[in-house]
Amino acid sequence: MEKWIGKNVIRREGPDKAMGKARYVDDLRFPDMLYGATVRSPVARGRIKGIRFTGNIPWNEFTIVTAKDIPGKNVVALIVDDQPFLADAFVNHPEEAVVLLAHQDKYLLEEARRMVELDIEPLPAVLTIDEAIAKKAIVWGKDNIHKELRIIKGDVDAAFKTAAKVVEGEYFTGAQEQLYIETNGMISVASPQDGVTVWGSLQCPYYVQKALRSLFALGNDKIRVVQTETGGGFGGKEDYPSMIAGHAALLAWKSKKPVKIIYDREEDMAATTKRHPSRTRIKTALDTSGRITAIDIDFVVDGGAYVTLSPVVLSRGSIHAAGPYEFANVRVRGRSVATNTPPHGAFRGFGAPQSLFAIEKHMEHVANELGCDAVEFRNKHFLTQGKVTATGQTLGEKVMMHELMHKALEKIDYAKRREKFKAENKRPGNTVKRGLGIAAFMHGSGFTGAGEKYLASVAGVEGTDEGRVRVLAASTEIGQGTNTVFSQIVAEALGLPIEMIEVARPDTHVVPDSGPTVASRTCMVVGKLVESAAIGLKQTLVQGRYLNANYTPLEFAEAVKSYVKKVGQLKAFSEYRQPSHIVWDENLYKGDAYTTYAWAVYVAQVAVDTVTFETTVEDFVGFQEIGKVVNPILAEGQIEGGIAQGIGYALYEKVVWRDGRMANNQMTNYIMPTSMDLPPIRVFFEEVPYFNGPAGAKGIGELPIDGPAPAILNAIEDAFDGKVTVNEIPLTPEVLMASFARST
Amino acid sequence: MKSAVQIKLSLNGKDVSCEAHPFARLLDVIREELGHTGTKEGCGEGECGACAVLLDGKVVNSCLVPVTQAIGKTVTTVEGLSAKDGTLSTLQSAFVENNGAQCGICTPGMLIAAYDLLSKNKNPSLDDMREALAGNLCRCTGYMKIFDAIKDAAKKLEAAR
Repeated sequence: MEKWIGKNVIRREGPDKAMGKARYVDDLRFPDMLYGATVRSPVARGRIKGIRFTGNIPWNEFTIVTAKDIPGKNVVALIVDDQPFLADAFVNHPEEAVVLLAHQDKYLLEEARRMVELDIEPLPAVLTIDEAIAKKAIVWGKDNIHKELRIIKGDVDAAFKTAAKVVEGEYFTGAQEQLYIETNGMISVASPQDGVTVWGSLQCPYYVQKALRSLFALGNDKIRVVQTETGGGFGGKEDYPSMIAGHAALLAWKSKKPVKIIYDREEDMAATTKRHPSRTRIKTALDTSGRITAIDIDFVVDGGAYVTLSPVVLSRGSIHAAGPYEFANVRVRGRSVATNTPPHGAFRGFGAPQSLFAIEKHMEHVANELGCDAVEFRNKHFLTQGKVTATGQTLGEKVMMHELMHKALEKIDYAKRREKFKAENKRPGNTVKRGLGIAAFMHGSGFTGAGEKYLASVAGVEGTDEGRVRVLAASTEIGQGTNTVFSQIVAEALGLPIEMIEVARPDTHVVPDSGPTVASRTCMVVGKLVESAAIGLKQTLVQGRYLNANYTPLEFAEAVKSYVKKVGQLKAFSEYRQPSHIVWDENLYKGDAYTTYAWAVYVAQVAVDTVTFETTVEDFVGFQEIGKVVNPILAEGQIEGGIAQGIGYALYEKVVWRDGRMANNQMTNYIMPTSMDLPPIRVFFEEVPYFNGPAGAKGIGELPIDGPAPAILNAIEDAFDGKVTVNEIPLTPEVLMASFARST
Repeated sequence: MKSAVQIKLSLNGKDVSCEAHPFARLLDVIREELGHTGTKEGCGEGECGACAVLLDGKVVNSCLVPVTQAIGKTVTTVEGLSAKDGTLSTLQSAFVENNGAQCGICTPGMLIAAYDLLSKNKNPSLDDMREALAGNLCRCTGYMKIFDAIKDAAKKLEAAR
């Protein structure tokens, strides 16, 4: 029997993508369709006093929607009901939607959008983490705090009292734009009789359904959400598509015509979510042997104007804050604060890149302070099998951090290259200095804590009348390979050729709720459900005597056909059950934070021009343990892309804020890595099959964004022989120059 | 539509004509009036290259070209790169086999840039590829698998000659 797991099966929808046949939302057109546009707040915070429709515009031809037109609840239902679809009395951030317009002529629509005047009386706004904590104004709740949590292990205060040495540090990360190349877009058809249907670019069909259900006060049967081919998500299409779907549907509901809303790049960058900016303060206590005895971490993320996903981002960030290390005493205080900027949201890594940046910078600094080798210092503190994490989770499986470190250093020829660079850097007149830097980290697979238990995701398979097997799951293909890995998992489980497997397009009328396509959970969690469902389908055929236990693909196809013909349909589903050994206390933040983790060590080589302070990443090695690798070429591609985003996060991608609004909301002045900017990215895997993943797989999607920034900044410090300290990203030449000036 | 203009051009080897807004972008006319939706818009300001097409054999960002400048010229889009029988060309197939397309939205423009490179340089070096793709942004791949795809296509095209 042919094996499918571990094989470079080609991307199932690849041929359509390479021939221009794949249909993205903007490629769809409906008869009599209108285009929709959004009128947004120009100010960070204020009271809406009036809306004026001015200029020489035939306003009677337009469909106009305001908060007053909403049939159900004016709230984007997600975690906390605080974010409206359309601002009514108050606006709480720049670019908040206030008025919607629709017209059949795109050009006239754009003219009209500019002629709607919002009369808003400005109110005092809070624009930074410091202003939010200082309560410059109270802009959310009682104290501007969306969520606060504490993780406590051991007795931190006692450990500090007996410390031989204490090292402190403060670390900052900026916002980051997801910059999927396909901007957000939705099309809707809606009426009280037929309900609401949306087609669009999105990651989580059932999130959109939930939001539309309360917006229109309709049942699930009246809300249909269909994912169109999606041109990248990276978390940026996790929560915001609910907003756009609502807007398109409100316009369609009122106009009684199909309405398409496609954001242009400037609107997408200014109005939609980005990675949370963060500030982390770390204090460590050391004993006389140079071991960290206690760590006290104050982790704050800027959530923006509404709660959206921030409590969950905060949770993942806080849990990852102690890194892949065992410390006897740990205290993490995590806060998500409110500011009058557009809400920050999901972006690959989801809080972990921020807190891991801080711990990996801090480990480097402590090692420097002690005059100790940074590799040895990390090796001394790594978590291994049987050790206990910050949340009190005892790691039952094999943890290979020491091996990953050893292998990553070997691949980049660390010792030799470092020695060579040290000598070259000292040479008089040499203005380009080189260095190597390390980051060691982990990423929890799937939802945090009891999240998966509450989600209780369902996935299934169906036998078709052509004798094929179709996967039924709400997990979306957004470029990461969902279609392909699900096909491989089913083909492997049933011993069938891959061509016999189909994957249904996510459509809430066709597929069950498999939970959102986030949190590195698609392959590991939903893939496992798909695998179990496939086995269930086979058992149905065998037990019903349609099929022998040993069969050929042809026999299988015939069995499916005859079952479908006789019984009507052949479907099998599987629902998530949390393994019984997993225990999590949400109030104390104690227990098994994740069912498993992916582990990694990354090493960057940089060249710093000491005249221009530009940094070039010259080589990059990423060594990771992600369980069984289902599809090596797809996994490599995903890791390479994540590292590229991480390099952008470290050096280039600066969101410039002006009064709470992104000022550089164009690809011209928000700079992501081009083909000229990236080093060879060398990706390696260590495989430790995870007993509870499909064929042993763990999650991989987010892992690669966690490591590049600290590795690169550590490499920059190495280039300056540890004499320059850099604690913030993006580390633009200006910031590096200032750090250099401070240190010399 | 206000004062539409008549557009005639050759699209992927076929003479086509339509009416368009006088300020319309070549991109919109290809996609909306002529129904070839393979070419994508990523930024609308000539930065990302998702909308790249060949205009009289030269790579242009079709979001920056007023359609009136394309009158009487030949335009090739991703749909025009396929083999004559409508299947994957060697280059397209190399993209699929090497995982050069992930989400696929940059792929049409990426393929146009890669096609242009290979038509001028049968055996491009890594630096040649990096330079040729500098105007095409990809957020998924980190470009590595795209380089692999182009190298693979070059090898296969060479072997076929």
